[in-house]
Parts: sequence; structure tokens; C-alpha cells
Amino acid sequence: MPINKNQTRLSVLKTYKLYIGGQFPRTESGRYYTVNDADGNALANACLSSRKDLRDAVTAARSAFGGWSGKTAYNRGQILYRMAEVVEARRIEMIRELTDSGSSTAQAKKEVDACIDTLVHFAGWCDKYQQLFSAVNPVASSHFNFSVPEPMGVVGIMANNKQPLLGLIQPMAAAIAGGNTCVIVAHTDRPLAAISFTEALATSDLPGGVVNILTGKTSELLPWMAGHLDVNAILMSSKDNSAWKDTQLAATANLKRIVSLSENDALSPYRILDLQEIKTTWHPIENIAPAGSAY
Amino acid sequence: MAGNSTTVIPPDFRRTAPVDQTGIEERAARFTKRSIKQSSKRQALNMVLNMIDLTTLEGKDTDQKVRQLCYKAMHPHDELPNIPTVAAICVYPNFVRVAKKALDGSGIKVASVATAFPSGQSTRAIKLADTRFAVSEGADEVDMVISRGKFHAGEYNFVFDEIAAIKEACGQARLKVILETGELGSLDKVRRASEIAMYAGADFIKTSTGKIQPAATMPVTLVMLEAIRDFYYKTGIQVGMKPAGGISKSKLALHYLVMLRETLGQDWMSNEWFRFGASSLANDVLMQIRKETTGQYQSAAYFSVD
Amino acid sequence: MAKTASKQINKAKIKPLRFDTDWQYDPAPESAAAAQIEPEYGLFINGKWQKPDSGQYFDTINPANEKTLSRIAVANEKDVDRAVRAARNAHEKVWKKMAPAERGKYIFRIARIIQEKARELAIIETLDGGKPIRESRDFDVPTAAQHFFYYAGWADKLNYAFPQKKLNPLGVAGQIIPWNFPLLMAAWKIAPALATGNTVVLKPAETTSLTALKLASILQEADLPPGVVNIITGAGATGAALVEHPDVNKIAFTGSTSVGKIIQRSIAGTNKRSTLELGGKAANIVFEDAPLDQAVEGVVNGIFFNQGHVCCAGSRLYLQESIAKEFIRKLKDRISTLIVGDPMDKNTDIGAINSKEQLNTILRYIQIGKKEGAAIHQPACSLPKKGFWCPPTLFTDVAQSNRITQEEIFGPVLAILTFRTDDEVIEKANNTPYGLSAGVWTDKGSRIFNMTRRLRAGVVWANTFNKFDAAAPFGGYKESGFGREGGLHGLSPYLEINS
Repeated sequence: MPINKNQTRLSVLKTYKLYIGGQFPRTESGRYYTVNDADGNALANACLSSRKDLRDAVTAARSAFGGWSGKTAYNRGQILYRMAEVVEARRIEMIRELTDSGSSTAQAKKEVDACIDTLVHFAGWCDKYQQLFSAVNPVASSHFNFSVPEPMGVVGIMANNKQPLLGLIQPMAAAIAGGNTCVIVAHTDRPLAAISFTEALATSDLPGGVVNILTGKTSELLPWMAGHLDVNAILMSSKDNSAWKDTQLAATANLKRIVSLSENDALSPYRILDLQEIKTTWHPIENIAPAGSAY
Repeated sequence: MAGNSTTVIPPDFRRTAPVDQTGIEERAARFTKRSIKQSSKRQALNMVLNMIDLTTLEGKDTDQKVRQLCYKAMHPHDELPNIPTVAAICVYPNFVRVAKKALDGSGIKVASVATAFPSGQSTRAIKLADTRFAVSEGADEVDMVISRGKFHAGEYNFVFDEIAAIKEACGQARLKVILETGELGSLDKVRRASEIAMYAGADFIKTSTGKIQPAATMPVTLVMLEAIRDFYYKTGIQVGMKPAGGISKSKLALHYLVMLRETLGQDWMSNEWFRFGASSLANDVLMQIRKETTGQYQSAAYFSVD
Repeated sequence: MAKTASKQINKAKIKPLRFDTDWQYDPAPESAAAAQIEPEYGLFINGKWQKPDSGQYFDTINPANEKTLSRIAVANEKDVDRAVRAARNAHEKVWKKMAPAERGKYIFRIARIIQEKARELAIIETLDGGKPIRESRDFDVPTAAQHFFYYAGWADKLNYAFPQKKLNPLGVAGQIIPWNFPLLMAAWKIAPALATGNTVVLKPAETTSLTALKLASILQEADLPPGVVNIITGAGATGAALVEHPDVNKIAFTGSTSVGKIIQRSIAGTNKRSTLELGGKAANIVFEDAPLDQAVEGVVNGIFFNQGHVCCAGSRLYLQESIAKEFIRKLKDRISTLIVGDPMDKNTDIGAINSKEQLNTILRYIQIGKKEGAAIHQPACSLPKKGFWCPPTLFTDVAQSNRITQEEIFGPVLAILTFRTDDEVIEKANNTPYGLSAGVWTDKGSRIFNMTRRLRAGVVWANTFNKFDAAAPFGGYKESGFGREGGLHGLSPYLEINS
């Protein structure tokens, strides 16, 4: 932060780092870029993440996947709600970071409030979407047959959205509510609130590695994300047609799912479903017949 | 003791192999999809006839009825030359002597039910006496029933010891152990009862008395055939199989033969190791043999009822 | 205790069971005369049989005797364009406007006619593809009819499946199906597409076009409006032209992962939606407490059903070490009762390999397996001279890293491995880029749920294998593809769902 003219005390500037596996490393590349306010004045330096940072983040997300997806849905809901609580406590800081980077105070307040409410909303979905999207299937044989949604795994999220914080939290919440872990590339030009958000995450009960946040250039990181064989899905905007196409091309390497990030209907359980696989399970039913029938 | 030689040790019967009913039913249904035609059908019909334990187990049985049955056993259908006889006739102990005399020299065995057939509700002493009587009257084979009540109560050693004692009382006679599967309630229990019977010394295991529904079914028989196979691979001892009750049509009997062939194979494909306990099956087989011979569909009116 | 207990046994003297019995089954051939196959087939476009613009035809042969069954038209780009235009026209003018209940009634009709012609369809399927008549009669054709029945009923109930949503069909669906279940795959594709209001251009695999073409005549008989379903034939180039056609809204493909990836690349950056149902290398896991004889059946059904030409085939068998020896003995006994030969014989269990090309692939993998040091077991069976055949094949002493453990063979070849603990087998089972199906056999309920949850596959069979049903969603994780076919979950891949 620049020195406040009305104060004589020298401010302590904040170092904005990455969030990988629950830790706050600097980029291994040693590169950084300057984040400006709306008028082009320098606000802070942010890490310019490299493909190796991306690799580390995917590794962290993969190791966290088993534990996170294996938690009870109720527990995941509790943790998402806890995330809302800790963000609420940092509300003022995040609003300031949004206003610093160009939002009006009203916009910033609205956005941060929406973020908190989104977390609360998805906290509630954690133990309910399964009931909407599961089915017991009436098969024509002596089998019990049911289909349930299961998380895809490691999800990459390109959060280059108009709203730098909400655009990150909405898809993240849908992903992790459904048991996925994720690697998020924050808004390139306005990453500061996202990083403060990770500081909130670190003090919530969210296990390290479930959410990993990188800062830097989407254009630099996306191709590596698209080609990474241990990433199961990517959520991104389909508006940039050439990036959309290139990502789809690279994603064929492991047939990762490329999901269009839509700002509409962001609170719908269908956004959770976008990142789920459906698993169908069969088991025989023993049918000891009543008297008179053969068994 | 030589390197590979070991003693047969009965397993813990509480821990017998589980059976999945749906899987068994699917497998049993697959046998019915085999299409048995032409010479393989003729061969099979003869085999079935030769595997029948022609049975009469009625309160109203008389010496005359038993003698008629014996005649039928030896001359299934006089119009058809070159057909085999049945394997045995199966009667109550008090008719063994009559049957033995009627069948003299034919090679057809006399099987007697014993052990307070069909319920098995009596004392060990009476069951043993019943068995000894049948054997002393000349029975070649004894068809005993297990104590289902004790079995359900989990008193497997009681059931085991009883079978072993009856086996001893049989002397040279071969022992068929009737599980009465219609009273056992699950295929897991059919499997368990089969193992108890085999380890206790059964020469044959048999599904049913014919007095309880359901009697023999293909799934139940398949479970027992698989138990026989596993017992054979564990001990080297061959045990026979007798589905009884409910098999009255040739077509169904052929399905059983297919099941036997694909579960136990060549060594069990004779009446030494496989029997059908049936009363009306013989006539249906005869009708089918005659149809195969003449090309005409047959009427029951042309085959004697006993 | 008693008699048997005192007996001495010599395990070395226990001889294996003998299944080369004196009593054998005589041939029981189904009559080919009960099916009508035309000497030549054109393209089914806009409700009519049309000559191909290409002017070209290719022979389709019976893989069991290499005899030509018919001549099939090759659709070129112009033919594809005609078909897509017919489908677009039918969609805009007829199908999407039709009352959903009426659409449903057409689909019901198709189901009924398939049932009426079941025997003929089964015969053609077996002649053209080489699968045993028992399977086409008892599985392929009835299940195809069931799919039409199932989705017919959805046509006027979609709003109950997606409450408070605005639903629209996608438009024209281009559907490309494989040669392993030709009619059934056509049903899997066409039935949900029609029920959701889409129109279709379907391309069957070049070696097995005949039942799809027979289906075309059934559609005519059902009076389905012209252009709603178009069936065009040809090889890869025809499929590529369909995928690349700009006026196709949706591609549904079942086939190999490599071709699936080509399709994904080709539609990248377009608005085309896709459903891919691709390869697999399913683990079938048998625990020591399993109902072993039923597990043997499941393993046999898992890998030898349809000659192993099944994407969800249980091609990796994991046996718990304590029962491995006994299980392999049971498996060997069981496969020596399998009858390999004339697919038209009602007693045949394993029919002809679908094509010479596929046979060569399978034989190559068998060589690889041997070279990698695995022990091979094949039962003695005499194979016909003409045609393409492969006996049921077991490989033991296989390692996780062997190619026959890693790669999809798509034939009657089973790799057998052992394991000790639950965690170990989960790790090995999931150690594959595929994720289509898996099997687990155990008598313990809590273990079943642990295993079925942790196996990363779209279909998990517990104490059963290779079961299919129109009501049960089917589809893969990871490189086995995406989207589901069957059941409620088979609807959304054909719908635009908006709030």
C-alpha cells in the first residue's frame, strides 16, 4: 500500500504470495508483476506464477482430493460455512482491496457480501445436491441399481471475471461443495482480494490443498493447465474463442472436461453438477420367494 | 505319512462358502439355453431313463403296487427295444423285501427311505433301527433325512454325528442324505447342509423328500453340485447327486443333465453318481424316446401309469 | 469325528474334472432363412432409400465364414450434407413442433416393431457381426427394444425431470456407433435423442451396418416422419464428414478412445456438444470371502461376453492371494465348458471375432503377453478353418506394468493379478487412464460400499458384472469419455437446459 499522506507512520506493505497446499509460497520462478489501481498507480507486487507453480498446485490439489471427497457431506457444509464466517471477519479488508483496485465502495460492498452469501448458500448445498441428482433405477432384473454424483477430481478454474472476488468464489464454492479440489488462477489485474481471501481460508477449517490460488497471466498458465494430465476439468469463460478452442484442443490429451463458466445461475445446484460424474452401482437382490415359489 | 497325504478334516460349518442367489439363478438359467437336438437328445433321454430312481412313497402303497413298479423298472416300455432300465426303485423299508425279490437278477437297485422319513422327527435309536431294518431286508441304498430342526438351531455337530452314525449302520449300502432343501430357507444353508452331509460320509446328497414344496429346483441342485465339486477337489472323494421331486418332464431333466455335464463333467455322467428321484418322469422320457423314434407326437394314454 | 474324517487323501492324486464328455451337444443352428437381407443397401435419407452420390459400395461379410452378405453404400460429404439437411428440415418443420406425447408414441411404435421382428434382427446381427445368436437373441435385441420403450415414455415428461427449467432440444444429432453392439448402440443413441426432440443422422460401423439398415425399414414401417432419423453408411471418412458438418449440433460417439480424441479435436472451439463413450480396462476384484462360483461366472461373463468386444469388459482380474489358486482352477474348469464356434449355433458361447483387423490386434496382444513373461492358458477347442477366431485366453503371472494389464485389447483375453489388502487393490484398480467400469466381489456389505465408492469408474458392478438396462445410466470417468446414456441421466446430454 502506498503511504497514507495524512499519517507520518510508515505503513507496512503487504507481500502478496501464492496459496498452495495450505502454504503461502512465493513463486518458484522469482518473477513478479505490478498490480495497479484503476488509475494505473502501483498498488502492490504479485507473484507471476510459472508452470512449475501450477504443477505444484495440481499436486497439492490431487493429494487433498481423497481426504476432501471422503469427508461427510455434512462436514463439508460445516467447513464452507466456517469459510463464510472467516470472510465475514475480513470483510472490511476485502472491500478495501476491491475499492483500491477500481470498484466503487458500493460495488465492493455488494461483491464481498455476495461472496459471503455464496459461501453460506453452497454450505447448504453440500448435503443436498446428491438427493436432487441421484436416482434409484428400476432395472428389469433382480438387482438394486442406483446412480449418484461423484466429484470429478482436480478442477482448474480461470477466474478472470468482471468481479475479481465473486468470480472466483462462485465457481470455487460449486467445485468444493461437490467434493472436488481446485487450482484457481485469480483475476490477473485484480488479484489482491483473492489473496486476502486465501489468508481467510488458511484460518478456516478448509484442509490445505483443497483450494489453491495462483496469480499471474491466464494466457501463460492456461495452456499448461489444459495439457496437464492430472487435471480432470477446467472451468473457464468461453467468451475468448481462441483460448476456448486451444484449451479444448489441449484438453483432449486426457479428455478433461472443459466447462463454460457462466455468470448466470451461479447459485444453481446445476453448477455443482457441472463438475460431477455420475456413478451407477449394481448389486443383486436376493429374492427368497414366499412359500409356493421356487428359490 | 507320505508328502502329499493328509487327513480329511471337517471345516467349521459355521463358515461355509457364501452363495449369491441371483448369480446362481442366472447360471442355472443359462443351462436351459442349451439346445439339445438329434442324436445328443436320444443319447440324453436314454441316460435320463437310466438315472431314474423310480419312486413310490405313499401311505397307500401295497405289495402289488411295488411289484408293478418293479416290472415297470425292468421293462419301461415293451414296444421300445434297446432302451435301458431305470437305476433303482425307491420304497419304504417294509417293501424292500418285495422289491428285492421282484427285481432279482435285473441289476436294478433297491433304495429304501429310512430315519423316520420324511420328517426325521424321532430318536436316534429309532432312526438307526429303521436303517438297520432296511439294510437287513436287502436295501442296496438308504435315503435318510437330516434333522432340519437341529440344523436350523445351529447344532451342526448333532446333524453331522447323526449322519455318520447312520452311515455306519448302512454297512455296504450306499447312503443318500436328503437335505430337504425346501425347509432350509436359503441357498447358503443348502451349501452348508451339503458340506455337513459329505464330510459326515454321504455317498449321495439329495435335495428333497418329495413331500415338501419346493422340492428339487435347478438353483438348489447347482449349489449342491458345486459343493460336490469343491469337496472332490479338497478330498478326492466323489459324492453323487440326486435331485428329487418336481422333475416330471424330459425337457427339464435334460436341463439337469446339461448342468451336470458343465459342473462336474464326465465322471459323474452315469447312474452311479447321478439320480433323478421321480415317479412320473419315466413316462415322459418314454414318450419322448418314442417320439424321437417314430417322429410322431405322443399321448399319455399309450404309456402305463405305473 | 466320523467316517470321512478318518480317510487319508493324497492331494497329488486328485485328478482334474473332465469336460470332454462322451455326451456332446449336436449342432443346433438357427436358420438364416428366417431373415431377409437385401443384396444391396443405399442410404436412408429423408425417409427414403437413396443411391449414394459417391456411387461407391463396399461388401459386408460374415466374419464366421468370410462370405459376402450384402453391398453397402459409401456416403461421401455430399451425402452427409443431404442427410444433415434432411434432419435439420425435419427438426424445424416437424419434430420439434410435434406434441411431445405424439413423439413418444412414434418411439413406442418403433419399440414394438423391434419386438415383433426380434428373431430376424437377431439373425442379421449374428450373421453380420459374428456374435453368438444366443446373445443377440437374449440380450442385444430385447435390450434395444427396452431402450426405445424406456425413452418413449420420457418424451412428454421432461419437465418433471428438470423442474423449473426451460428445455430445448439441441437440434441435429450426429451419432456414430461401434461394431460390437450395432443395433443396441443405435437404440442407445436414437431413443433419447428422439424423446428429447432432436433429429438424427446415424452412422453405423462399416463392418456391421445391416441391423441399422434394417432399423431404417422399421422406422419406415412406423411411419416416422421423413428426415427425423437418417442412416448413412461408410467408414471413417463418412464419420469425419458428419462430425465436421457445420449444421450438426451434437455429436454422440461410442468407440475407441483414440477416435474419441480425434472427434474432440475436430469439434474444439465450435458450439457442438458431445457425448463420448470410449474404451476401458475394467478391474474385476475378487475378495476371499466372495461367493466364488458366482464370481467365476461374473468373470467369464465379464471378459468373454461378446468375444470380449465390450468397452466395459472386466479385462483385469484381481484375485485376493489366499483364493487365487482355487479361483484360477475354477476358472480353467469353467472355460473348458465354453463352446467356441459357429455364431448361428444356439449353443455357441463365443462366436467369431468381428473382423480380421481386430483378430490381428488381439493376436498381437497375446504375443506381447507371452513376451512379457506371462503364463498363457487356452482350453483345447477346435476352431473353424474359415473366419476369424480366438479361443478364451487367460494370462497368469501378470504384472501391473505389463501392456496386457494397461492397454485395452477388446478381445477374449484376461490378465490375472493378485493382491493382499483393500487399499492395495484400490490403488491398482484405479491405476489406469480409463474409468468406465469396475467389478467387486465380496460377501461383506460394508466392504462393497467402501470399494464401490472408491473405484473411479462410471459403472460399478458388485457381485455381478456386465449388466445393462435402459433405466441405468452408463458412461465413463477420465479417458473413458463423458456424458451418460440410459436412465434419467441420459436425457440431459440431448437438452439445452436454461433457468
